[in-house]
Amino acid sequence: MSIDKLIAENQPESFAFTKESEAQIKKILAKYPKDRAASAVMPLLDLAQRQHDNWIPMKAIEEIANRLDMAEIRVLEVASFYTMYNLKPVGKFFLQACTTTPCMLRGSDDMMRCIKDRLDIASGETSECGNFSLLEVECLGACVNAPILQVNDDFYEDLDYETTGALLDSLEAGEPLPVGSVKGRQGSESEQGATSLTALKSSAQEV
Amino acid sequence: MLADKDRIFTNIYGWHDSGLKGAQARGDWDKTAAILKRGHEDVIEEVKASGLRGRGGAGFPTGLKWSFMPKEVGARPHYLVVNADESEPGTCKDRDIIRHEPHKLLEGCLVAGFAMRAHAAYIYIRGEFVNEARRLEAAIEEAYEAGLIGKNASGSGWDFDIYLHRGAGAYICGEETALLESLEGRKGQPRLKPPFPAGVGLYGCPTTINNVESIAVVPTIMRRGGAWFAGLGKENNTGTKLFCISGHVNNPCNVEEEMGIPLKELIEKHAGGVRGGWDNLLAIIPGGSSTPMMPRDVCDDMTMDFDALRNAGTGLGTAGIIVMDKSTDIVRAISRISYFYKHESCGQCTPCREGTGWMYRMMDRLVRGEAEEYEIDTLFQVTKQVEGHTICALGDAAAWPIQGLIKHFRPEIERRIAMRKSVMEAAQ
Repeated sequence: MSIDKLIAENQPESFAFTKESEAQIKKILAKYPKDRAASAVMPLLDLAQRQHDNWIPMKAIEEIANRLDMAEIRVLEVASFYTMYNLKPVGKFFLQACTTTPCMLRGSDDMMRCIKDRLDIASGETSECGNFSLLEVECLGACVNAPILQVNDDFYEDLDYETTGALLDSLEAGEPLPVGSVKGRQGSESEQGATSLTALKSSAQEV
Repeated sequence: MLADKDRIFTNIYGWHDSGLKGAQARGDWDKTAAILKRGHEDVIEEVKASGLRGRGGAGFPTGLKWSFMPKEVGARPHYLVVNADESEPGTCKDRDIIRHEPHKLLEGCLVAGFAMRAHAAYIYIRGEFVNEARRLEAAIEEAYEAGLIGKNASGSGWDFDIYLHRGAGAYICGEETALLESLEGRKGQPRLKPPFPAGVGLYGCPTTINNVESIAVVPTIMRRGGAWFAGLGKENNTGTKLFCISGHVNNPCNVEEEMGIPLKELIEKHAGGVRGGWDNLLAIIPGGSSTPMMPRDVCDDMTMDFDALRNAGTGLGTAGIIVMDKSTDIVRAISRISYFYKHESCGQCTPCREGTGWMYRMMDRLVRGEAEEYEIDTLFQVTKQVEGHTICALGDAAAWPIQGLIKHFRPEIERRIAMRKSVMEAAQ
């Protein structure tokens, strides 16, 4: 994909880090050796995205480049290489649907069909209401809880057609389902109950 | 089956407090200074004696890897870098360590870092693990406040800092030198080796990169002894291992088991068996998407360890087991893996940048049978031209699943081609 397509046409005229972000930046820069400030480019891009409605305007790229004494093109290169940086606006709920083979085997097709039926959007699109954007993504690293739909920062796991619908409803209603498995299982233990460490589980419950 | 008393990750499912208090109640951070008092070389020797092999996929002996670091610290500081960029399809074990056992990882960083004479560790966690990163960051703060890390870490006299660095969605950063590039603020494109990171790594300094699980088991190995760890599993394939069982099983789950456990036993005991029974099994990808699949007859007597799987022409990899039953569209399953590698190629080497696209487009046609039979051989040749001709192993990882498919399921590909032809002829 050409880089122009990744970048929003309408750009704000200015960008400045907020006071809270400035405090964060101080902490971030302290992690890296003084002459290695470029290491902070990824956390600063993330910070810019978080304070700017989940996307990074070009003015922020400029600001980060100045701040870290990097060429602007080097910052843009990083911002366009990594898929998590949005260079154009996304909806309030940014849906990242995993369809890689382990999710596919557990029914990510149904999850995708539900999203299509409900929101009428394909990967890379934003719903008419502007609330939902969808991106088909590669393995999210939670394969034993497949299929996974990431909504902004949170993983929703063990989805099927119906529960994907329920999840979308809950988001629209402003009362999102609890994060994690929609089947209510804890972490990566078997749905039928763990097959190891069980003696420890009962002791946890007693405590 | 492994006894609970020999399990290292006793909070892998997150039943208990993952914070410092809970971790200490489970034995973490217990007399860490005494471990460090034994000296750099002694720690390395103990890990060597345990037989621990890297848990990130390659299976390189961990203690030996540490011993490649310079014995004297010169003008350049030493670094430990922990690879928490868990992104190999089928793999989700490090996530559980990070969110439920973060202190095992942090204590492991101190012990491993001390062994290689490093005063700092960077943990590179994949960007999508936002909540996991928050949990780990909180654990790091707790450890600093308790004096377990930082100046005079755990009262050992050794200064040690741990920093968390978040990635932003690039599978390639799981390759150790791409990870270093990313950590230095660049695109994640792998470096040529040599020089190896132990000589020239992060910021040009001696660096060792280890997987999360490899580091997190170290404190337990030091407390219980290398001999204990070496007594579990099989010769040259020792200890315990976190297995991720996904796909067509009744109860997908993560579980810590002994290395060398029979595959069938692992699936039946812990994952509720293959959907529809063992006889309904079509094939298994044993160690994350890049390891070639095994058809059912190979799975019957397979044990889950580095050597047995290598001898079968595949690999233990990350121990991310992807189970596929007879309902699987096997060509599509592999085609989706091909798409993954096309998407994740960093674009640096031509055979991979172009080859992953070619391979995916051919695979996509094969799903629908839109090909001539000779093209199966063409595709196989293309995989051979990508394999071994790139800076890093992503090219190999993209080639192997397709080779595995052609090796074991060529008749199915041919059937689709023939079927489509007959449909086309009938339509005419």
